[in-house]
Amino acid sequence: MHHVVLERWSRGASPLHRRDPRAKFAALLVFLVVLATAHRAVPLLAGAFLLLLAATLLWARVPLVGALRRAALVLPFTVLAGAVCWLGGDPARSLSLVLKSYLSALAVLTVVSTTPLPLLLRGLELVGAPRFLLMVAQFLYRYLFVISEEAQHMRSAAASRGFSRRSGGFRAAAGALAVLFARSYARAGEIHRAMLARAFPGRFHTLGALRFRTADTAFLALAALAPALIRAAIERVA
Amino acid sequence: MPRLIEVRNLRFHYEDGTPALRGVDFHLEAGESVALLGSNGSGKTTFVMHLNGLLSGEGSVEVCGLPVEKANLPAIRRKIGMVFQDSESQLFMPTVLEDVAFGPLNLGMTREDAASAARAALETVSMAAAIHRAPYHLSAGEKKRVAIAGILAMNPEILVLDEPTTFLDPPGQRALAELLARLPQAKVLVTHDAALARSLCTRAVFFQGGLIAAEGPVEEIINRFRWDFAGEPTKSAQ
Repeated sequence: MHHVVLERWSRGASPLHRRDPRAKFAALLVFLVVLATAHRAVPLLAGAFLLLLAATLLWARVPLVGALRRAALVLPFTVLAGAVCWLGGDPARSLSLVLKSYLSALAVLTVVSTTPLPLLLRGLELVGAPRFLLMVAQFLYRYLFVISEEAQHMRSAAASRGFSRRSGGFRAAAGALAVLFARSYARAGEIHRAMLARAFPGRFHTLGALRFRTADTAFLALAALAPALIRAAIERVA
Repeated sequence: MPRLIEVRNLRFHYEDGTPALRGVDFHLEAGESVALLGSNGSGKTTFVMHLNGLLSGEGSVEVCGLPVEKANLPAIRRKIGMVFQDSESQLFMPTVLEDVAFGPLNLGMTREDAASAARAALETVSMAAAIHRAPYHLSAGEKKRVAIAGILAMNPEILVLDEPTTFLDPPGQRALAELLARLPQAKVLVTHDAALARSLCTRAVFFQGGLIAAEGPVEEIINRFRWDFAGEPTKSAQ
């Protein structure tokens, strides 16, 4: 199944996978702030940050090409905004917008693909994220899988009966979408009932307790300093 | 000693007004295993969903002397373990161990106790070797075993199994029947599988149009309604 890729990556055993999620959030936040506030030599800085993230992904043994491709999912949105800037006569800003959004997505993907979701949510809870929001996130994650599974089953069933993108028109696609929604809704209801049957109280508990260790502190110090030092060095040269 | 389950005159209508249960009386004694037989849509699954408060109709439902009402639901869901027809609906945590520990953690057990209960339950269903595997990588038979372990880890007094042999191949069905026969809990078994009902249950009730049309020894009910490979019930039986 396609949708389990991120989940599978997050179950790795690299040193980055073992870091406390809070350390990863803090490092991510520093990275995003350093990137977002950079205004000089952005293409050069973007190249250096791309290398930094690629090295991090390789260190975490996450497939590099797959991660780079998945981060590109943000491009259709930001390229559109970038095109507007370009047409407005500001090509530098346009390029900066596209590069920064791609690197931000890649950085988020690096954290998500090295942290299992229950730990990710537990970490967010411990740093003060609203519990209700986290529960919605967990349900959304689970139910997106449900919709994806139902869609894959329907696609296989349609293909077995000779359906292809060429043969089917808008009408068939709209009908399939409606059926997909109805099936997913029914399935999600069943999953919720199964959770209630196991005494789900409205809050997720995890088996693993989080402990912030010395290695987490060392990681955080290194991960926070690296982007700041790279940016300072590039701005000095440029 | 009160009966484990006592249901009197249970009636239920779906939101669109369709009557699903039209006055069901049922009881389950300690140590007993009862098969619920009947055509698709006859009300069997709707009925069992009233036993742990997933659905709420008119009439009276008591489990271990406790009325099934909102205030008693946590205690009742500890006493009744429900195994759903489609294990996919029940398994949603990233690893087998975490999934089986989901119920015990919801009951307020410590992480250590929940992990220990989960390991013991997985041992019972012969799935101890799979604790770190992702549930979606398991075969249908293994998923069913893990789903049952998820219920056993909560140490229930009653097991409710909805079509447990669906999606299983014949060896898987046989292995499941042997496993269920070993479990000491009282059981309510919703099934179309006459062989499974014969091997596990001493009594059967036959649902028809939202009512219990007959009850008695399993063989007698199967013969009376021709509820075997021969197919639909005859008119004379109705």
